[in-house]
Amino acid sequence: MIYRESGQFKTSYQNDSVIFPIKQDRMFIFALLALAAFVVPMFASEYMLSGILIPFLVLSLAALGLNILTGYAGLLSLGSAAFMAVGAFATYNFLVRVPGMPLLLALVLGGLCAAAVGILFGLPSLRIKGFYLAAATLAAQFFVEWVLTKFSWFTNHSASGVISSPPLEVFGIALDTPVSKYLFTLAVVVVLALAAKNLVRSSTGRAWMAVRDMDVAAEVIGIPILKTKLLAFAISSFYFGIAGALYAFILLGTVDAQAFDLHRSFQILFMIIIGGVGSILGSFLGAAFIVLLPIVLNLLGQLLHGIVSTQFLSNLEMMIFGGLIIFFLIVEPLGLAKMWQITKEKLRLWPFPH
Amino acid sequence: MEFQFFLEVLVGGLLAGVMYSLVALGFVLIYKASGVFNFAQGALVLFAALTFVGFQNMGLPFWAALIITLGVMVLMGIGIEKIVLRRLVNQPPISLFMATIGLSFFIEGLAQMVWGTEVHGLELGITDEPFEVGGVFISSFDLFAAGISGTLVAVLALFFQKTKLGRALRAVADDHQAALSVGIPLQHIWAIVWAVAGFVALVAGLLWGSRLGVQFALTLVVLKALPVLILGGFTSVPGAIVGGLIVGAGEKLAEVYLGPYLSGGIENWFAYVLALVFLMVRPEGLFGERHIERV
Amino acid sequence: MKHFALKSLTFAVAGLMAAGTALAAEQFIPIPSYRVGPYASGGAKYYGGMIDYINYVNMKEGGVGGVKLTYEECETEYKNDRGVECYERLKKKGEAGASAFNFMSTGITYATMDRAAADKIPLMTIGFGRADAKDGSVFPYVFPLVTSYWSQATAKIQFIGQRLGGMDKLKGKKIVNLYHGSAYGKETLPVLDAMAKKHGFELVNIEVPAPGTEQQSQWLEVRRQKPDFVILRSWGVMTPAAIKAAAKVGYPRDKIVAVWWGGSEEDVVPAGEAAKGYIAGAFAADGKNFPLIQEIEKTVYGAGKGNLSDKTAIGTVNYNRGIVGGIMMVEAIRVAQGKFGKKALNGDEVRWGLENLNLSQDRLKTLGVANMIPAVKTSCANHEGSGYTRFMQWDGKAWKPVSNWIAPDNAVLDPLIKASATKYAQEKNIKPRDCSKEQ
Repeated sequence: MIYRESGQFKTSYQNDSVIFPIKQDRMFIFALLALAAFVVPMFASEYMLSGILIPFLVLSLAALGLNILTGYAGLLSLGSAAFMAVGAFATYNFLVRVPGMPLLLALVLGGLCAAAVGILFGLPSLRIKGFYLAAATLAAQFFVEWVLTKFSWFTNHSASGVISSPPLEVFGIALDTPVSKYLFTLAVVVVLALAAKNLVRSSTGRAWMAVRDMDVAAEVIGIPILKTKLLAFAISSFYFGIAGALYAFILLGTVDAQAFDLHRSFQILFMIIIGGVGSILGSFLGAAFIVLLPIVLNLLGQLLHGIVSTQFLSNLEMMIFGGLIIFFLIVEPLGLAKMWQITKEKLRLWPFPH
Repeated sequence: MEFQFFLEVLVGGLLAGVMYSLVALGFVLIYKASGVFNFAQGALVLFAALTFVGFQNMGLPFWAALIITLGVMVLMGIGIEKIVLRRLVNQPPISLFMATIGLSFFIEGLAQMVWGTEVHGLELGITDEPFEVGGVFISSFDLFAAGISGTLVAVLALFFQKTKLGRALRAVADDHQAALSVGIPLQHIWAIVWAVAGFVALVAGLLWGSRLGVQFALTLVVLKALPVLILGGFTSVPGAIVGGLIVGAGEKLAEVYLGPYLSGGIENWFAYVLALVFLMVRPEGLFGERHIERV
Repeated sequence: MKHFALKSLTFAVAGLMAAGTALAAEQFIPIPSYRVGPYASGGAKYYGGMIDYINYVNMKEGGVGGVKLTYEECETEYKNDRGVECYERLKKKGEAGASAFNFMSTGITYATMDRAAADKIPLMTIGFGRADAKDGSVFPYVFPLVTSYWSQATAKIQFIGQRLGGMDKLKGKKIVNLYHGSAYGKETLPVLDAMAKKHGFELVNIEVPAPGTEQQSQWLEVRRQKPDFVILRSWGVMTPAAIKAAAKVGYPRDKIVAVWWGGSEEDVVPAGEAAKGYIAGAFAADGKNFPLIQEIEKTVYGAGKGNLSDKTAIGTVNYNRGIVGGIMMVEAIRVAQGKFGKKALNGDEVRWGLENLNLSQDRLKTLGVANMIPAVKTSCANHEGSGYTRFMQWDGKAWKPVSNWIAPDNAVLDPLIKASATKYAQEKNIKPRDCSKEQ
């Protein structure tokens, strides 16, 4: 009854292949975006914006990147945080060394630098597969961390190796309040998410999925493996780079190479696994889960304050985090996106059983 | 003098490498038998070391604490297999890998909740005074650790080759369906493998705990074991040793001789880059199983 | 009957209002602790110390100037993004907002510095953080109290000079600086370079890649260099690994002078026998023979309100540092109340308190911690307040002091601090305050 699809006929191929074919879905998405862009800034507290929404948006962008690489192209990578670091430091250097560089251009250039590094570390994927490739991407992770800490040129010769965000502004509007930062991040993420969705529905996306499912067969039918895999690395690294720059400048304000360590790579991998590998929606759902879970656990722990020691609570947090991950993997291995899909399927039929 | 120094670095590296192999061994065992890349091995090492020290602090003598900890680790291994892995049997390897990462969080939290976050020392009764062999300093502790690791690897290699149980394990690693059809009890085999991995974690926990102190950072030894696995192959026990020796020696020599040109600190990534280079030549590692690609 | 009911109602309301106003004044102190992860052991003791002191002040005096102290913990796991989230969550709590934040983490401090300045909430970075924040004209909201890394670095060289028999004996000697391969580790490089130039010793820098579990090749290199002393700038697992590696290559531990974050029980106990003779810096003395510590054990733990789960940790290095953290916070509030009145103070007012601290040894004696820390007197131009460092040696069971409070070498430090602060001000477009005008 919610999805009353009768009367919705497609009369052209173009109409048939839009991203949200059902009118209710389209309205829902527009309403959600309107809510996010207009209502949330007016009513959300600073904590909500800075502590929850902005991290969610930035990390879902990184999860998008990893979904493209691992979910659609099947190339497992454990070095995502390294590319984020490249993006962050590259954007910093462009902003600081080139006077008058607009923020958006610096972001794009930072993303391109990350893409270049991504192609470089993606070359082994032509020979190595599966877990070996994952372990090989760890080389990227540690090497990049070392380079950025070692050569002080990257940090503009700061004694402590920490880069600090210069005052940011875009189109003359200064980004110094949580609301402005939130809106900027929202805009960037929406544009890039739309681009990603279109990308995976195009022939490039289909080539990636072919390579993921069986790359030898894909090569046999004429898909250029070299180009496809490297393109996957390049585009996903571009996303990582922008996410890294946003993380450094919008979210934290300062960053050192240690912020993009192995733990961050694992965090992003968790997001796509829980959210759903190979699904754009999954990136967002997974990011929301991973961002919110520690906070929810911490807040729940506050309720028990005084009854049990805080040490006990913190360790319990860790245990519940690990346990929930395992639980999700057992109960729904295809992630939250699959759960959402099942729900939607049922909603489309409701109140009829089939 | 220079050559002596070179020998010192080399020997030190080889001995360190054997310690890495010890951790890698745990991975190999589980991957060989069930195709799961067990990231929780590091957490198991921490748990084993903490349990042992915990029992010691409660007043138990060395051997009693050792036996009881062994029991706990074996039980833990069997428990993991039953509760977590059995439910995830037909999932893609990445899900299993993720589950083991979740498991590692769980075990780390559990270990510190039960035994506390205090840092403990671990004395195995071997003083670490260096002794000289032809002008080259060798650490007596490292030698002892190498001896233990080597013995363990030899025993496990023999076990896999010569005993009926070992052959059954190899059969399971090769093809689950075929092994089932021949009558090998899959569940029992997996339980045994995880128990043995728990035992290996205990040995690694004792040796590494003695070296670094029993603290959270023990879980980081996993990152040292990964290049060893890449080099040696995920499925080979002798590969773990050879890989360990190459990584250990290579890492230390590179730090000392290449390091100054790159202004130092290259140890972290050098092993991985080395492994990467090896992989380009042999994508399955030196001793790993070759995949046959079918279209 | 109606009369009586009305009268009692009026009294009740009045009574509630009075009680309400009496209950109203509460000073909120955020506790961004870390109790999981690789530094959990130290963190639990440090924040345990802070919480114990806050409870002690509440129990003994009913708060500060009649204003009760309240606190709330938030787990940061020593991670920067969690730290930022904890900051955002706690900054507006309580009546007037958070008093001041003490993250015990340089990374989180960097990540929150800009927002704290915008929100007007001070950051206390006791013994860590940006050394150039001593210059309060550029960093009005950051307070590297007691000592900073740069002051300590100069103190280490002076201590080595003392051990050699005089600063002139440093000439021609060789000192190795073994540092953690991170931003923290590299922090002191410029200062050590400057000291090397000034006193004529050779400085050899050797990096240990983070986290520092493997140091074999570095220590073999140290042995090859044959330095007179080794300065160890370590943190976490790097410290016991270094001590053990030093034992392996036979380098005498009493020639190792470490930073204070490598000088606590967590660092030497895992190294066992090898740590005997190892020397580390300190800005807060350890031990239970301070009247305050004994009082806390008696009153707070006696009432079952102690924060540590293991009482034997009372008096350890990190616990006492936590007590110092608590003392700084409370004294700042006390001083600020002197100017702004006995009410719940906001961050800006507490900031004034932190900038006008005058903890003389007399005051410290009254507090029951005579000589635990050097005297601290802050001002707009000097957010550090002291800069003195002491050194202690581990004898296998306890720490024993092996030096007096050593003053920082301000002749070397002042130009470096000025240069670094000016660069920061330029990058961030900050107009430095004029300290002379504000007095």
